[in-house]
Amino acid sequence: MLKKYKFLIILLFFINPIYLNSAEKSEKLLSTNWSFKGPFGKFDRSSLQRGYQVYQEVCASCHSLKYVSYRNLSEPGGPEFTNDEAKAIAASFEITDGPNSDGEMFTRPGRLSDKLIMPYKNEEEAKAANGGAYPPDMSVLVKARKGGADYVYSVLLGYDQPPSNIQLDDGVYYNKYMYGNKIKMPAPLSDDLIEYSDGTKATEEQMAKDVVSFLMWTAEPHLEQRHKIGFRAIVYLIILSVLVYFSMKKIWSRIETEV
Amino acid sequence: MSDQKKLKRRDFIFTATTAVGVVGAGAVAWPLIDQMNPDASVKALATTEVDISSVQPGQTITVLWRGKPVFIKRRTQNEISEAKSVRLEELKDPQKDEERALNPEWLVMLGVCTHLGCVPLSDKGDYNGWFCPCHGSHYDTSGRIRKGPAPTNLEIPKYEFVNSNTIRIG
Amino acid sequence: MSEHNYQPKSKFGKWFNDRLPLLTLANHLTDYPTPKNLNYWWTFGGILTFCLITQIITGLVLAMHYIAHADLAFSSVEHIMRDVNYGWLIRYIHANGASMFFLAVYIHIFRSLFYGSYKSPREIIWILGIMIYLLMMAAAFMGYVLPWGQMSFWGATVITNLFSAIPLIGDSITTWLWGGYSVDNPTLTRFFTLHYLIPFLILGLVVLHIWALHVPGNNNPVGIDIKKPSKDTVSFHPYIVIKDLFALLLFMILFAFFVFYSPNVLGHADNYIEANPLVTPAHIVPEWYLLPFYAILRSIPDKLMGVIAMLSAILILAALPWLDTSKVRSAVFRPLYKQFYWILVADVLILGYVGAMPAEGLYLLLARIGTAYYFLHFLVILPVLGKIEKTSPIPLSISEPILGGSLNVEPVKKLDKNFEKL
Repeated sequence: MLKKYKFLIILLFFINPIYLNSAEKSEKLLSTNWSFKGPFGKFDRSSLQRGYQVYQEVCASCHSLKYVSYRNLSEPGGPEFTNDEAKAIAASFEITDGPNSDGEMFTRPGRLSDKLIMPYKNEEEAKAANGGAYPPDMSVLVKARKGGADYVYSVLLGYDQPPSNIQLDDGVYYNKYMYGNKIKMPAPLSDDLIEYSDGTKATEEQMAKDVVSFLMWTAEPHLEQRHKIGFRAIVYLIILSVLVYFSMKKIWSRIETEV
Repeated sequence: MSDQKKLKRRDFIFTATTAVGVVGAGAVAWPLIDQMNPDASVKALATTEVDISSVQPGQTITVLWRGKPVFIKRRTQNEISEAKSVRLEELKDPQKDEERALNPEWLVMLGVCTHLGCVPLSDKGDYNGWFCPCHGSHYDTSGRIRKGPAPTNLEIPKYEFVNSNTIRIG
Repeated sequence: MSEHNYQPKSKFGKWFNDRLPLLTLANHLTDYPTPKNLNYWWTFGGILTFCLITQIITGLVLAMHYIAHADLAFSSVEHIMRDVNYGWLIRYIHANGASMFFLAVYIHIFRSLFYGSYKSPREIIWILGIMIYLLMMAAAFMGYVLPWGQMSFWGATVITNLFSAIPLIGDSITTWLWGGYSVDNPTLTRFFTLHYLIPFLILGLVVLHIWALHVPGNNNPVGIDIKKPSKDTVSFHPYIVIKDLFALLLFMILFAFFVFYSPNVLGHADNYIEANPLVTPAHIVPEWYLLPFYAILRSIPDKLMGVIAMLSAILILAALPWLDTSKVRSAVFRPLYKQFYWILVADVLILGYVGAMPAEGLYLLLARIGTAYYFLHFLVILPVLGKIEKTSPIPLSISEPILGGSLNVEPVKKLDKNFEKL
């Protein structure tokens, strides 16, 4: 009798999280072979560098990355541009700085310590320029969406003709994976939209994969370090557990009770 | 197995457990200590560029670098010769003026008294250089300690002339 | 505190101990006689101490870098995650540490329910435990507000609005809690202050909890009183210490798995969106450890009654030592209670599950049945069961079940085995 209950409860315990995640009925998300998944996952440097290019040439006109600095582009665990490349990228943008000794704001070329420039001065300007829809900051976007990288990847590739029962207003697009299926961003990617500097063929899927990898990195810049330290920590804990287990057996052998 | 062998093995397992445990505790302590060190954004701000085109001879400007004042003094010919004429034996912390100024006209140094960190006053003191009001240290026109409790000369940060009008500190 | 008279060996030790008996205390703690038949469910007290200390240390570190201001809180958390040395590690430990803390405390509570640890003479230990649990919930809730994401903001709004259910003065109380007319900067700063304070209150209560425990001593799986010190006890150090340590390490492996490999799985994606008072997220769901109570709240169609039901669900636990009328502590010897116990566990899990679901249709029905059963268990089943249940025979000492009822044969064999090992 007791065993039956226990089994039922353990079953419930495991079913719980599965149900929690599938609370809303929605299309199954697209996925691709992300290099950063799994306990040993790492970023693909060239994919991140291409992803930065996609962000810069396609997304940056509307979406900010306000928590990311130019110096991050050359830091270990990221796209790992060389220091000079990162400096050159930073210097290619005009940064407003100041006030100077006359009390005026002035512009100067960007430096590594600067944050990535924002397409709009503030949220209101962003809304005004985009028909009332605010293009969200993308620094932690991948973590801010249920489904994570797969979700963002799916939305990028999920534009389609609307089914006949859905009426769309002007400036609203149909997307299979978007929450509520309506999105105000027009399909951002199309084959050969940009020309990759490393010669990779810029298919829609390739660009989506690269930019989502890049955004995964902006959201979790220490992912590689986390995976590395995590592996060591768990191996260490297992070794120590084994040692403590045998110490415990020794100590308890002094009295006749089994542990 | 003999009693002794058994005993040794017991000792070994306890020693190994303790040793491994201590190593782990050390590894855990490090992130907790290191988090108080300057973070990545602070380290990135390590350089400052200063426009010196409008500084007149004899004038000192003070700029902020890494949260500390940096004195940039355009020295007059008098002050330069005064600084150069001092005999090294007279100095508490012997240093030639040439070692302290890349370009003799410009003296760039941290405005932090080497005694206990106050900011010295410019063009004051017995040696026409700087004077620290906190505990009475006198510095000369090269920022060298001449009198008072401070142990060393005012510190020279790493800097370079980007062009004739701009200095990059750090 | 201790019945045995301890004398330090060294002269200085004696001098010091006469003035401040710290050595007597240390000696009491190491020699503390503990039932030797404690199973691994008893290791969670130690694990919880570890959780509390971990939360306090990592919390102190985070407070050094966090900025409690509505305009800066979110970006200061991002600063911790990106720039502060090992900031990401410390924040992930703190965030997942809260979940691990609750996981451990639920096991600790349900262990107590199974083995009747709340019964006389341990009522005060139990009530102190309930107070710690309440403070933990308050600390966890306020801590979740601090990153100032969407769930922080709307969670704070929903929970503080519970107080508006109080008749007449409800609205004034919520305004007072907010320090304004909505959740805003004054709310954030006071939540931060209280979030910083509460763990130290918990620490104080933990000291009392352990103090109260050391008066009657531990309960044990057999649930009978034992003589101490005796053949049935072992000294806390090294026997219990090493066992607690082993269990703690296994617990830490699970903890590390969450921190390093799925640090955000227990949180909500919406909390990585900065708080926006104009847009409510599609689903407002509390953290998993509050879900059963959230389900009880939503199962009642009346605002005030919902709040009362939710609070009663927690406070009813404080009356448990008197609601359970059975003289027998351990469920091992209570065949009927054992079954109801597992039904209660299932009931709480179901409530947790429906708490995460939208409050409609089948889910709402399940929540109502679950809520009704929850109160039925404590208010009806337990008092009645104590009177009518036929319990199994209880052994006289904890050595007896180990010996399988036969005297002398087993211990000799055991001794032989040990001898062979040598």
